[in-house]
Amino acid sequence: MLSAWEAVLAIVGLTVLTVLTRGFFFLTEREIPIPAWLMQGLRYAPLAALAAVVVPEVVMTQGALITTWQDARLYAVAAGAAWFFWRRTILGTIVTGMSVLLPLKLGLGW
Amino acid sequence: MSIALPLPPIWRHPEFLRGSREMLGTAIGIAAWGLVAGVAMGKSGFAPWLMVLMSLLVFAGSAQLAVLPLMTAGAPLWVIWATAACVNLRFVIFSAQWRPYFGHLPLPLRVRLAYFTADLNYVLFMRRFPQPRPAPEQLPYFWGGVTTNWVAWQVPSIAGIFLANAVPVHWGFGFAGTLALLGLTLSLVTGKATAVAGLVAGCAAVAAYALPLKLNIVVAIAAAVAIGLLIDHTGPRRAEPADDAT
Repeated sequence: MLSAWEAVLAIVGLTVLTVLTRGFFFLTEREIPIPAWLMQGLRYAPLAALAAVVVPEVVMTQGALITTWQDARLYAVAAGAAWFFWRRTILGTIVTGMSVLLPLKLGLGW
Repeated sequence: MSIALPLPPIWRHPEFLRGSREMLGTAIGIAAWGLVAGVAMGKSGFAPWLMVLMSLLVFAGSAQLAVLPLMTAGAPLWVIWATAACVNLRFVIFSAQWRPYFGHLPLPLRVRLAYFTADLNYVLFMRRFPQPRPAPEQLPYFWGGVTTNWVAWQVPSIAGIFLANAVPVHWGFGFAGTLALLGLTLSLVTGKATAVAGLVAGCAAVAAYALPLKLNIVVAIAAAVAIGLLIDHTGPRRAEPADDAT
């Protein structure tokens, strides 16, 4: 385990990393050239990053694809997505999904 | 000496309110997720003041969760930092897209902006301003969003640090964070090209899940960008853009 001062040093370094990675291409005075085609393609990056976080969270458990239909997450996501396509609000997506997830998880142990 | 015109405070700007309101839709999800991260920090064995410091300064949930076990295990600092840098790689990709909006601003301001540009701020901002050129309403919108996001994250995160043993994490309410991201993901699907790119990213992320340091996310972004470009350039007609730029 790191000592307290080592932990502080680690945390300060992590803070610098947060700023440097998040600002990588807009902190420099001179623009770092990026080809136009790549910039065009990067429009897909936000959607891709989100899907890349969401899909494994839904269909995987401890690094493996789930092999059962008795998983509360599947039904929560179906219900949340259905709400989204109906009403297009994110808050409603969360509330609908959780109101399916919690009973299945706490009631049936899925 | 010049007479300073009394500028209206930025939080009175209508775009500040709009940015804040649009972020509020996802705030429950952010909060649930912040609570889960806070509980993990509270159970790490480090003193609470250290974890509060970490939450306030680092402000990067996935990176924090990735390095906590390393810090507890006493890993060398460079390993801890390298891990966080890899988990944060997606931000480097995002930063290229921030440049047209922020590149002209003074450096101290850009440093502050960089600290606050979390995932959701990026997604909502790009949805609000698809045209990559600066506009006066962008900073108020940005500050409205990041203020809401920061508070919605930090309050539950710090509460989680102190209430680590009292919070029933096994109820699975952390999934609210995933549902918030689900809604946001669906809001970005504007047509066939984006739907395919999103599906490809999801599959790639599952297939590459075994990679260390959440590098599967970077693989997924690369795959989706490739397929998106392919669709843009080979469709029977030019496929619809990923945003509603005209």
